[in-house]
Amino acid sequence: MSEKQSKRIISLLMENAPGALSRVVGLFSQRGYNIETLNVAPTDDASLSRLTLTTIGSEHNIEQITKNLNKLIDVVKLVDLTEGSHIERELMLVKVKATGALREEVKRCVDIFRGQIVDVTSTVYTIQIVGASDKLDAFVQAVSDAQILEVVRSGVSGIARGEKVLSL
Amino acid sequence: MEMLSGGDMLVRSLQDQGVEYVFGYPGGSALHIYDAIFRNKAVKHILVRHEQAATHAADGYARVTGKAGVVLVTSGPGATNAITGIATAYMDSTPMVVISGQVPSEKIGEDAFQETDMVGVSRPIVKHSFLVKDPAEIPEIVKKAFYIAETGRPGPVVIDVPKDVTSPAETFPYEYPKKVKIRSYFPAEKGHSGQIKKAIQLLLEARRPVIYSGGGVVLGDASKQLRELARKLNYPVTNTLMGLGAFPGTDKQFLGMLGMHGTFEANTAMHHADVILAIGARFDDRVTNTPEKFCPGAKIIHIDIDPASISKTIQADIPIVGSVQSVLNEMLELLAQSKESPDEQALADWWQQIEDWRGRHGLYTKNRFEETGQIKPQEVIQALHEVTGGDAIITSDVGQHQMFTAQYYHFNRPRQWVNSGGLGTMGFGLPAAMGAQFAERDQQVVCVTGEGSIQMCIQELSTCTQYHLPVKIICLNNQALGMVRQWQDLHYDGRYSESLYEESLPDFEKLMEAYGHVGIKVTERSELKSKLEECFAMKDRVVFMDIYVDQSEHVYPMQVAPNGAMRDMWLSKTERT
Ligand SMILES: Cc1ncc(C[n+]2csc(CCOP(=O)(O)OP(=O)(O)O)c2C)c(N)n1
Ligand SMILES: [Mg+2]
Repeated sequence: MSEKQSKRIISLLMENAPGALSRVVGLFSQRGYNIETLNVAPTDDASLSRLTLTTIGSEHNIEQITKNLNKLIDVVKLVDLTEGSHIERELMLVKVKATGALREEVKRCVDIFRGQIVDVTSTVYTIQIVGASDKLDAFVQAVSDAQILEVVRSGVSGIARGEKVLSL
Repeated sequence: MEMLSGGDMLVRSLQDQGVEYVFGYPGGSALHIYDAIFRNKAVKHILVRHEQAATHAADGYARVTGKAGVVLVTSGPGATNAITGIATAYMDSTPMVVISGQVPSEKIGEDAFQETDMVGVSRPIVKHSFLVKDPAEIPEIVKKAFYIAETGRPGPVVIDVPKDVTSPAETFPYEYPKKVKIRSYFPAEKGHSGQIKKAIQLLLEARRPVIYSGGGVVLGDASKQLRELARKLNYPVTNTLMGLGAFPGTDKQFLGMLGMHGTFEANTAMHHADVILAIGARFDDRVTNTPEKFCPGAKIIHIDIDPASISKTIQADIPIVGSVQSVLNEMLELLAQSKESPDEQALADWWQQIEDWRGRHGLYTKNRFEETGQIKPQEVIQALHEVTGGDAIITSDVGQHQMFTAQYYHFNRPRQWVNSGGLGTMGFGLPAAMGAQFAERDQQVVCVTGEGSIQMCIQELSTCTQYHLPVKIICLNNQALGMVRQWQDLHYDGRYSESLYEESLPDFEKLMEAYGHVGIKVTERSELKSKLEECFAMKDRVVFMDIYVDQSEHVYPMQVAPNGAMRDMWLSKTERT
């Protein structure tokens, strides 16, 4: 079935137990689905981890992915955040070579993107940017005149807007 | 409270779970558990000759009883040998609990002697798995393992047990939990009533309906409901390979098996249907042929306990997630209350059409047996049906003989037919027959096999000796990997690459003798029936029938692939629909 592909943010609560993460990740490779980004950490309830992943697929793919994730015994609850209005954030740390005239320009760019320079040497800026993934992409694009030394991204995490919560 | 060591707790938990048999094989990491087995009098351990056979035997036991089969193996090679059987159980949704020994906790990750990451290796082929960290968790983990294995869509569950966890040095308070709750696991039960109503409506409006039922009806013990529904509506029924027996194979409403080697009338009726009621079936690629061409005019109602099976390969118009038994019961109630009934004229026309197709069924009838003078594999199965009164529990291996058995042994009850449908595991038949014989001590159990498949677990003949399991082995000896050969005939211009043994087959009669069994060779058609009778007269012996059959025979009907629809079939080497 070849249908329109779209990007989805799937967020789930799973048992904070050994093996749980590998079951989730394994499912993707086993069934030929792809993971674009992945982000996982414990929650306020120490027995649960919150995992958020982004994937690209057709309506049919996404339905199969969520059904199969739900079948995993370790997965307690799951939501496709892209189905409703939601907040999407990703954190990026970028190390940029910044000397001479470029130093000012990079700084301006960081301000425009509401980022912060979190570490400085005479030749290098380390910049932190938070936002939706496409904003981070745009930043990387914007400073491409400078020499980018290293990029670290956290992967997307997300939460639904309004009263809706993903909890037990 | 009673104080027990980890090893004793494990075995006691099995006992309290009601486990009769454990199929297994000992080794270093499992020795504390084996010592506990030695002390326990209630749980009987069956020593197989290869761990693969332990899983298949447990599988056979589970398919016949509906209860989880239990396997116990050691770490490393013991665990990896079990993998094929776990995958087999997974593909056919057999409830199974596999306990594997593991190296001591503090050695995990060190590449210790006989260490493999069993939880990791088995991950894609289990419903769930546990690594035991603390002996105190054992009773609860065992309870959960059985609960997960047996409920919902059943499947295998692995419990990996590091050796230190079963150490006799320390004891713990033991109590077997009466109930478990898993906060993330709620198998579907009742179907959505609105959907069920819609389904009934659509069913009653159907003019060319087909009921297509699968292994889920067997697993979900819904054969009675299926029969009632089919009778009530007078709709035709076809079964998948896994669903055979759920509807009586000799019933006039039965169209036979569908799919790659399904009957002409089953596949053709499916193709022309306007409403298909799929019950506990998963639109497997061996059923649908090319999905884009599948049943072009049909609206599909799909009942399954596993939501992920619905609209996976074929989009359902009315999906119903629930246990097949519960959903069918609700459908029957609705039908009983309904004032509407199917259009009688349309249904009569449909049956008339089906009867016409039936005349072309594509199966072999008596008059075709004369062609070569050699025994035809199909007639062996027909003779087997006669001699056993159609009543035996039949297991099979994988290949042409499996398909012939599915086509010609008209199974009349669920759990009578035990075969590896999803994974297609050669070597399954004999150990599965052992498990079936443990499950039903007084039933005739028969393994239909090929001279290729039987050699994949032939060592189990020794297990049959040890436990006096009088299974009958019917070997359709075509002196070839027949199914491979068939494909080589059809797609590779008869280039038999590595599908022949060049005179290297063992003398099966002598081999049987060496194991203490009886071997009977049959080469003449005239003696087929009498030799089979002789075989089944030996009630308490293992008898191996080495029956030489026509090597050139193919399994027909055979759907045309790739790019064929349901109705596109070869009916013989020369006839195509
Ligand atoms: C473990 C395993 N290996 C390979 C295959 C592929 N395969 C399917 S049928 C078949 C031939 C089986 O030969 P035999 O048991 O003699 O049965 P026949 O088809 O001749 O009746 C083979 C090799 C398989 N299904 N399972
Ligand atoms: Mg053969």
